[in-house]
Amino acid sequence: MLGLIIFALLGAIAAGTKWSTASWTPNLALDLEGGTQIILTPVADNGEDISSETIAQAIDVIRQRVDSSGVAEAEITSQSGGKIVVALPGNPSEETIALVETSAQMAFRPVLAIGNPTPTDTTPTPEPTDSAAATDPAAPAPTPTPTAGAEEPSDEPTKAAPDNPSDTAYYITPAVQAEFDALDCTDPTNLTGGVNGDPDKAFVTCGQDGSAKYILGPVEIEGARISSATSGLNQLPSGGQGNKWVVNIAFDNQGTTEFTDVTTRLQGLSASPPLNQFAMVLDGLVISAPSLDSGVIIADGKAEISGTFTRESAASLANQLNFGSLPLTFKPESKEQISATLGSEQLQMGLLAGLIGLGLVVVYSLLQYRALGLVTVASLMVAGLLTYSIITLLSWTQGYRLSLPGVAGLIVAIGITADSFIVYFERIRDELREGRTLVAAVDRGWERARRTILASDAVNFLAAVVLYVLAVGSVRGFAFTLGLTTLIDVLVVFMFTHPVMQLVARTKFFGQGHRLSGLDPRRLGAPSSTRYVGRGRVVHGSETSEGRAVEDAPVDAEATPRVPVAVGGGTGGLTIAERRAAARAAEQKAASTTDAPVDAPAQESEPESGRTEGNEH
Amino acid sequence: MASGFAQWGNDLYTGRRSYDIVGRRKIWFTISTVLVVLSAIFLIKPGLNPGIEFRGGSEFVVSGVSDTGQQLAIDTVTQISPDEQPKVTTVGGDSLRIQTSTLTEDEVTEVKNALAEAYDVPVENVTSSFIGPSWGKDLSQKAITGILVFLLFVTIVMTIYFRNWRMAAAALIALFHDLIITVGVYAAIGWEVTPATVIGFLTILGYSIYDTVVVFDKVRENTADTLLQSRYTYGEKANLAVNQTLVRSINTSVVALLPVGAILFVGAFLLGAGTLRDIALALFVGMLIGTFSSVFLATPFEVALREREPAIREHTKKVLDARAARAASGEDVSVSAEDLRVPVGALKPGAHQGNAAQPKRKR
Repeated sequence: MLGLIIFALLGAIAAGTKWSTASWTPNLALDLEGGTQIILTPVADNGEDISSETIAQAIDVIRQRVDSSGVAEAEITSQSGGKIVVALPGNPSEETIALVETSAQMAFRPVLAIGNPTPTDTTPTPEPTDSAAATDPAAPAPTPTPTAGAEEPSDEPTKAAPDNPSDTAYYITPAVQAEFDALDCTDPTNLTGGVNGDPDKAFVTCGQDGSAKYILGPVEIEGARISSATSGLNQLPSGGQGNKWVVNIAFDNQGTTEFTDVTTRLQGLSASPPLNQFAMVLDGLVISAPSLDSGVIIADGKAEISGTFTRESAASLANQLNFGSLPLTFKPESKEQISATLGSEQLQMGLLAGLIGLGLVVVYSLLQYRALGLVTVASLMVAGLLTYSIITLLSWTQGYRLSLPGVAGLIVAIGITADSFIVYFERIRDELREGRTLVAAVDRGWERARRTILASDAVNFLAAVVLYVLAVGSVRGFAFTLGLTTLIDVLVVFMFTHPVMQLVARTKFFGQGHRLSGLDPRRLGAPSSTRYVGRGRVVHGSETSEGRAVEDAPVDAEATPRVPVAVGGGTGGLTIAERRAAARAAEQKAASTTDAPVDAPAQESEPESGRTEGNEH
Repeated sequence: MASGFAQWGNDLYTGRRSYDIVGRRKIWFTISTVLVVLSAIFLIKPGLNPGIEFRGGSEFVVSGVSDTGQQLAIDTVTQISPDEQPKVTTVGGDSLRIQTSTLTEDEVTEVKNALAEAYDVPVENVTSSFIGPSWGKDLSQKAITGILVFLLFVTIVMTIYFRNWRMAAAALIALFHDLIITVGVYAAIGWEVTPATVIGFLTILGYSIYDTVVVFDKVRENTADTLLQSRYTYGEKANLAVNQTLVRSINTSVVALLPVGAILFVGAFLLGAGTLRDIALALFVGMLIGTFSSVFLATPFEVALREREPAIREHTKKVLDARAARAASGEDVSVSAEDLRVPVGALKPGAHQGNAAQPKRKR
């Protein structure tokens, strides 16, 4: 059974290595592999509580930044207490680190121009805006073309003040235009986001997916003005539900007023797309730039964005908008750099310590339990194999990474796992001392040890769970391995050690208590007085039936295991009278052999019956 | 040696040899109190030495240096920021760790370059870390919440499992005792308290309770029928349980301490300051004290609590009176707490053990 589990685990890993990205070794965490770990606490600007959805969204934002900046295999996770842990392998540049720490903002800006994502060679604005600027009723003639030559494009607006935020003439300065022309949104490094731009100036940026580039006007509505955003199916005018996915935004009071102004103005520009579009900018990238339906002025602060949404894309946009409604800053809690060499040295030393510890445990249990120690060693090996394969499997499927505290947890677990075996073995020995045969002792000892092992492992597991749930950072790795090994301990004791003990108890070597078996009843001092144990059987020993005279008895009193004195060649069908007679005879015999070598009576009776197990029948 | 040990264990089990652990509880309580008071003093006088995670600051690690001289690092740092008092420790075979108070971004870069130059290693070999002051505070807050939640759960679980709050109370006393002494020893040695140390402390919680549960399980088993017989007092039965689990307690702690000792050795002598060393010291001390407290503190304390129960008190009085009466009449002198012999399993020849003791038909 257990073999099956291990086989399945190893098989899964083998299959994984062959056809997927799994490997035979678990992934290592930063403290062993080297790299940079930054722990950030997102802080809402208005001091509000931060929900877990917001954290998830914040992680997405950071991931977008990190992935686009070309750092491979960054690991970004959230931890209890709303912390975000960003783990970057290797030695990332200062810019990457700074990028991770910038705050994420959301804003609504009017669209001034849209272009293909690739850089434009020609100076004229890209097609969508070509005619728009010219026919813009709110703005005077388009800006003069940038001065030819190597001169820096001027960043000075041509007018003293903008007529309105959609004033292309004011905002699209030659510098902005040049920047826009040069921007290449197909290059992932331009999709890192993190730059929010001056809220009062035009802003050149890309769509989040890199499919278009934009020139945007100044910030008109801040993300904080959104009171909620939801996704759902559209409401038909009849009150029924349509079949198109839409995103509904509700603004707060100030937002409603601002949005009314914006829509009113954009409505006036409906003839000149894309000036009738407004862009939602999250973390410096345009997540959506819907245009206003003609004739609609939204005055109640409830906007509905429709388009080619699927359920997922609608929900994702709504989440992004909700996230944007809560401006966050990331406060760095700690920033740690671990060099790869130091990490591998720590790992080596940790493994060395583990091996030394394991070796010492093996030596000690062999000394203490003789051959029984081998059962401990085998169980520890099974537990080790199981732990290793589970960790490897988890690091493949769940992205678990083994950290140094995790390694320490594993090493500590050696002791705790071995303890279960000790509890069990001591119980078996206790039962042997009470005069049971090995098979019976194993069964009874198991019954009692099981309780103790379960209770103590439950306490341990509880500790691990509490640590894991409440802890941050390194404590987590430790709690995880501790909890995992506790579970594996229970599994191994139940499905390996106990069955093995049952098998072993039937062998001659252990069953008859060989001196080296560690289960030698003589050495354990099983009650050694000759006594009647019922059903016509008598146990012989060196002591008198009044076993009180202990002080005089030899300390290393040798007792034989129960050997029936049964008459009748093991048929067991004795009459009561016969039994009494046997009992009397035994007492007399015992009394007469008080100081005689113990083995004598045992040998006499042995040939009569091969049965050595007292209460089996 | 092993045979002597097995013989000893076996004598303990049968009660032929018995240490009056419960009866002499005043001694153990005194020792424990002294240790706790000493720890409290250590906690106040040298106090815990908070690591950089709790102070906040900047940390540099220079790896691959040929010369681990520390003065060079101190000089380098003070050149750039004169008011600094950098702490320099050797980590691993060829690395130096330099801790300073929080530096600005520019200073960090400067120090990094200067260190690389001073130790003649490429700049990539110098890593810098920054830890905000709130990080450690956060961690310790979490740790304290963790302890409280854990204690609450454990109290409930133990009360249900043992069906007796006194055992839970005694286990908790033992737990606090272990924790305070471990922290005290840590303060006395003066190593830095890092998150790894906190992990160690937290693990002690689990381990201490774990150890106590095993002993209490035997106590519970032995004392289940205390009130139904009049030969032994509750305390004597509990004492027998402690003696019977003594071998296990010793074996367990040796087996648990061996790997931890290995980590401690490797951590302290081969690696220098770091996660492994900090965890290992906390665990080593904690496990040692945990074993002591599970044997010498938890059970005696539990007995002390139980003996205040009217039923148990009455029973103890009855047993002792009966014993005194027998002794007075001179018939059974041998029974006293000193050489108490409990026939745990030793059947008396001829005595009927009840139907339950009859052989069972195999099903």
